Amino acid sequence: MSEVIALGKAGAAIRTANDAGRGALVAYLPAGYPSYDGGIDAIKALVDGGADVLEIGFPYSDPVMDGVTVQRASEAALAAGLRTRDVLSTVEKLASYSDVPVLVMTYWNPIERYGVDRFAADLAGAGGAGLITPDLIPDEGAEWIASADKHDLDKVFLVSPSSTDERIRMTTAACRGFVYATAVMGVTGTREKPSDLAAPLVARTKAATGVPVGVGLGVSNADQAAGVAAFADAVIVGSAFVKVVEAGEGPAGVRRLTESLAEGVRREPSTAASR
Amino acid sequence: MSTVLPDQLGHFGRFGGRFMPEALIAPLDELTRAWQEAMADPEFTGEFDRMLREYAGVPSLLYDATRLSEAAGARILLKREDLNHTGAHKVRNALGQALLTKRMGKTRVIAETGAGQHGVATATACAYLDLECVVYMGEVDTERQALNVARMKLLGAEVISVKTGSRTLKDAINDALRDWVASVDKTHYILGTAAGAHPFPAMVRDFVRGIGDEARAQSLELLGRLPDAAVASVGGGSNAIGLFAAFIPDAEVKLYGIEPGGDGFETGRHAATISAGQVGVLHGARSFLLQDEDGQTIESHSISAGLDYPGVGPEHAWLADTGRASYRPITDAEAMEAFRLLSRTEGIIPAIESAHAVAGALDIAKELGPEATILVNLSGRGDKDMDTASKWFGLIDAPEAGRE
Ligand SMILES: Cc1ncc(COP(=O)(O)O)c(C=O)c1O
Repeated sequence: MSEVIALGKAGAAIRTANDAGRGALVAYLPAGYPSYDGGIDAIKALVDGGADVLEIGFPYSDPVMDGVTVQRASEAALAAGLRTRDVLSTVEKLASYSDVPVLVMTYWNPIERYGVDRFAADLAGAGGAGLITPDLIPDEGAEWIASADKHDLDKVFLVSPSSTDERIRMTTAACRGFVYATAVMGVTGTREKPSDLAAPLVARTKAATGVPVGVGLGVSNADQAAGVAAFADAVIVGSAFVKVVEAGEGPAGVRRLTESLAEGVRREPSTAASR
Repeated sequence: MSTVLPDQLGHFGRFGGRFMPEALIAPLDELTRAWQEAMADPEFTGEFDRMLREYAGVPSLLYDATRLSEAAGARILLKREDLNHTGAHKVRNALGQALLTKRMGKTRVIAETGAGQHGVATATACAYLDLECVVYMGEVDTERQALNVARMKLLGAEVISVKTGSRTLKDAINDALRDWVASVDKTHYILGTAAGAHPFPAMVRDFVRGIGDEARAQSLELLGRLPDAAVASVGGGSNAIGLFAAFIPDAEVKLYGIEPGGDGFETGRHAATISAGQVGVLHGARSFLLQDEDGQTIESHSISAGLDYPGVGPEHAWLADTGRASYRPITDAEAMEAFRLLSRTEGIIPAIESAHAVAGALDIAKELGPEATILVNLSGRGDKDMDTASKWFGLIDAPEAGRE
């Protein structure tokens, strides 16, 4: 761990899991769903069930990277009146609940509207670990990168099966925390079959960086999580949790799924641990 | 081919760029390369010109609208894009991008549509060039533009009614982007306006800039000089940038973009993005947009489905910012008055989108005075709008409103 690798807060948590010979579990739920308080309770259940890193989704009116499950949840949260300050206070409540790092996953416009540096300052003040930015590429990210560095925040950018090696190099060089590798060409949502694009993408990404690599899009159960943990440092799960909340299974249901996934990432020794 | 802007990453000053998922960046790079190579290849540009000429009926006429001029109190020239095949300027862009799709070896096309004009133009281009075609259209728009839905289906396109969000154009774009990210291997997304991520704003502009190039030459021939002003409606901005592009270097030609003022500016129910919006990011580019305090997109309102969009192309944001063009709203009521006026004085029934430009020109005529010559982009014809117009003017006795 002495290399100059931009582990940041999320990366340190992921490496702790990897050092214990397993993959890390990164768990996503949107703020404000099914209600403001209900959202906080659901996210706490992710912690209780054993998530290593939290991703709090920032509901947005035009979520082009999301499938119907997250779209519906975002619409519901906004219709119920969720504001930017509520996302920040959700972060604050989760950050004080445990030591699990709390990232915010957000489309770019709400951050730009709030003021990039002001958001970075308030996120850091709330105890947040950083941002995952699905529609901000480092090419357009100079302002965010400067603010994140100033406020000691993680910057998680995405790489995709379509990314060239050159783009992977450039993108991973801008990442701190982890690199978000999207397993499929497509939007968020649970999928029956694991993607065969993920493993080669992780290999290409690892060739470019020592920053941990998390794989997301489509993972929904323990078997899939175990499969991904065999080649990635972290397994990212989102829509599957949203579906549990949507089905009205509450924090208990969220906790059950988290525990099951946490068992999955422990099933096979993570190759990442032997780096 | 293109004017100096945008820069390599698609920026018009502080506007434009690429705010897109990484998955689409390599495909957008590939598209940029393919488009630039095509535009430098005489075989491609020659075929595009031939298609426009032999198939689309381009160059469109420049028409000296003398009776409308009398009513307006200044000389009004109409660029008759309504006479193009499929009835609007949109066919230029659709043919250009469909030809590019072929060149890239892709077999499937997706498109979004608001008024249905771009959907019809794309379905037409796909029928003509033998491409599979899927059009995303907001559910609200499928209802108010039912005729165009039927046209697209007849042309062999699949029309997907989008039921998320405000169920209008912006949501159709969202769903088209979701399709594209999963299908980009074989699919080209023919975006219908000069907005979105680089290279779309510049590429669409270059495919439609014939409007202004032709009108400029036609004005010189007709008047021996350039017009004093050029006026166009602004939805996403394609017909306006198509008209403006040729005139941007002509400082003496004033450029006016007419935005949809809906129920009136004060009511908040409008789609006047530049006049009333703030800088932000939507659908892949930084530009002006209608948004709330938290950066959530606000639903727009306009009687014109083709103008009912809370964003606008980045080059217009730049033209507004630099003062080269000015943008102002026209209400639904003013547009419908102009719709009737043009119909009665010239026997031309315009698209309601284009009627906004005519209404804007009536105001501008008063400001510039009787010596002025004003070029107006009549971007489309009004057949698709007869249902809306009939209701607005009470032209057809609606049975449900009939007396007992
Ligand atoms: C006839 C006509 N004019 C104008 C527009 C507005 O689009 P744009 O601003 O891209 O020209 C449309 C869009 O459907 C249209 O059909």
